[in-house]
Amino acid sequence: MSALDMAGMPSYLENTGPRKGLAAWLTSTDHKRVGILYLVSMLSFFLVGVGIGFMMRLVQLTPFANLITAKTYNALFTVHGVIMIFLFVVPGLPAAFGNFFLPILIGAKDVAFPRLNLASWYFYMSGAILAMLSLFTGPGAPDTGWTFYVPFSLHTGTNVSLAVFAAFVLGFSSMLTGINFITTIHRLRAPGMTWFRMPLFSWSIYATSWIQLLATPILAITLVLVILERVFGIGIFDPAKGGDPLLYQHLFWIYSHPAVYIMILPAMGIISEILPTFTRRPIFGYKAIAFSSLSIAGVGSLVWAHHMFTSGLSQFAIMLFSLLTMIVAVPSAIKVFNWVSTLYKGSIDFQPPLLFALTFIFLFCIGGLTGVMQGAVAIDIQVHDTYFVVGHFHYVMFGGTGMAFFAALLYWFPKMTGRMYSKKAIYAAWFPLFIGFNTLYFTMLVLGWMGMPRRYFHHLPRFNTGHDIATVGSWFLVLGILMLFGTLIHALFKGEKAEGNPWGGVTLEWTLPSPPIAENFLEIPTITTGPYHFPQEDQA
Amino acid sequence: MTASSHAPAVHRDDFAAKLGMWLFLVTEMVLFGGLFLAYSYMRSQYPGDFHRAGTELNATLGVTNTVVLLTSSLTVALSIVAVQRGERRRALAFLGTTLGLGVVFLTIKSIEWAAKFHHGLYPGAAHLATLPHGEQVFFGLYFTMTGLHGLHVIAGLGVLAYMFRKVARGEIGPERPLLLENAGLYWHLVDVIWIFLLPLFYLAA
Repeated sequence: MSALDMAGMPSYLENTGPRKGLAAWLTSTDHKRVGILYLVSMLSFFLVGVGIGFMMRLVQLTPFANLITAKTYNALFTVHGVIMIFLFVVPGLPAAFGNFFLPILIGAKDVAFPRLNLASWYFYMSGAILAMLSLFTGPGAPDTGWTFYVPFSLHTGTNVSLAVFAAFVLGFSSMLTGINFITTIHRLRAPGMTWFRMPLFSWSIYATSWIQLLATPILAITLVLVILERVFGIGIFDPAKGGDPLLYQHLFWIYSHPAVYIMILPAMGIISEILPTFTRRPIFGYKAIAFSSLSIAGVGSLVWAHHMFTSGLSQFAIMLFSLLTMIVAVPSAIKVFNWVSTLYKGSIDFQPPLLFALTFIFLFCIGGLTGVMQGAVAIDIQVHDTYFVVGHFHYVMFGGTGMAFFAALLYWFPKMTGRMYSKKAIYAAWFPLFIGFNTLYFTMLVLGWMGMPRRYFHHLPRFNTGHDIATVGSWFLVLGILMLFGTLIHALFKGEKAEGNPWGGVTLEWTLPSPPIAENFLEIPTITTGPYHFPQEDQA
Repeated sequence: MTASSHAPAVHRDDFAAKLGMWLFLVTEMVLFGGLFLAYSYMRSQYPGDFHRAGTELNATLGVTNTVVLLTSSLTVALSIVAVQRGERRRALAFLGTTLGLGVVFLTIKSIEWAAKFHHGLYPGAAHLATLPHGEQVFFGLYFTMTGLHGLHVIAGLGVLAYMFRKVARGEIGPERPLLLENAGLYWHLVDVIWIFLLPLFYLAA
């Protein structure tokens, strides 16, 4: 079976059934179409989130200090967080690229439960619509920050209950996707596709799915408790009735810290796919990377209280969580060293996906190392709730997951759409993106170190310069994002036809035509080698 | 493309469906796990108050409900065996019994809740607000946990009623009893969670 045999067959993009247009897409259980549905909806929400972030930066620019009210500013940072976390970064890579490529990478025709898969997207959209409703209806957008900390979230008059319910519904989407992927990986691997012949993206999706499964229900019940507390006053988080706000923080972070690994693990998986393709050699330390994904998932579930070092935990608890936090750095570093070793003596073919993958490694290292700094209690107490934290998690979430998302988009764009984009335009977009990113977020690290608290509407005059630099950085960042998206949208309609294997990759998706046919394979392939087996290896 | 042209070509994997169901049950366990965590923490804060508040609950009704729910788990298991053997009438009888027992459980539960409301022992009641903090939290947790469990019972009854219809129409038979088996697993989960709720609340005194 080769791409040639499938050349005449209709691709998954063509409608062959009675339904046409949007209806055909909204009812399709093809994992590729569901992946595209997720991709389009998430990128739309991403742009909304970017717009809100842009506005927040604008307000911090000295001449615009009174552009909006403080109350609106509170709503803006809450909504920015809710959209970016729950609608983009958490579902991000697994739901879009996991859906599209996980079955192909393991040699399957679809996920284990295709209808459930489509249902997950509907859950996602319902949650997204509820979240949007919470902004524009009732008493106004929530102003609690995306963490919904009690007791403020219990007493604020804004639309917290609806926003929290939206996150609850989104959790369902996440759990169902997790169940689907775990079952898919256990049951639908092609003959010969043993666990250690799976591409590393599949491994990272597997680890991620387990976190989705084991952590998300905790968030779900915590959010239900917030709603019950607001509606019925059950008293579990309310000190006036004997409850404990600290319990909320624990329950919230028991989910939300592992969620950080839901966000970053698939990103690491993408990088592990891209590096072998553009260095033309197998990944260095395959098993080490696979097992480090699992150990990040495991240890990462035990570090949540490092968000609470200033909340009044016992000294012993703080010491323990500080230690565990630093231990997570070990498997993360294992990955970074293996990626760098993969580059060593590789036959490097410098293409846009590799550029973004390398950007990921650079920015993730800054994000990761500032994370270890905050794992140290003495530093954490100094920088807690400052811009240092904001800068840190933007380096990890945006510099890490976001850049990996772009890298994956650039890597698989020709496969998904059958079109190739202008590489020069991508390089041109990268410069403002990269420079703007660091100008914005590195300045935030510095501001935080100087003592600028996060979520403040006004700042002291001594922070003016820093804020102005950061805001100018945000303009370049947004420019880069728009150039990137513009290039891809242009390519979607006007791009050259892409070949089946434009990058010279050797994983299964590159054996298919671009775009792939419905059900991917005419005949399920039989796997006889590891995932990154380049032909020249045999000659050497 | 329509769902039909995209549906996997008659790919049936009962093992996968079972695995998926078990994974779903894991999420349910963790969902209640969060509440059990909250309970443990609060009980360690207020051991005395929890003891006193526990005396307000009617252990006889609680134990009766346990027997009812355990029996319903038995009958749903028997109905699965009957379906596997192709004895449709017997399967329907057992499923009907399960549904009936579920309704009995909910009835007893609502009698208990009504009594608590009558005594002013519910979140927001003036009387409860005069009680010590630990007792307030106890009843907050009681209503939350038994309420969430009750919702699961209702959902389970809905699923089993749907299964009843499918068995009656012959859509679930000995060649493929999987749907009923998965529904049974869900019902057992509802049962298992209750087994934990009973000692935590009714036997707390």
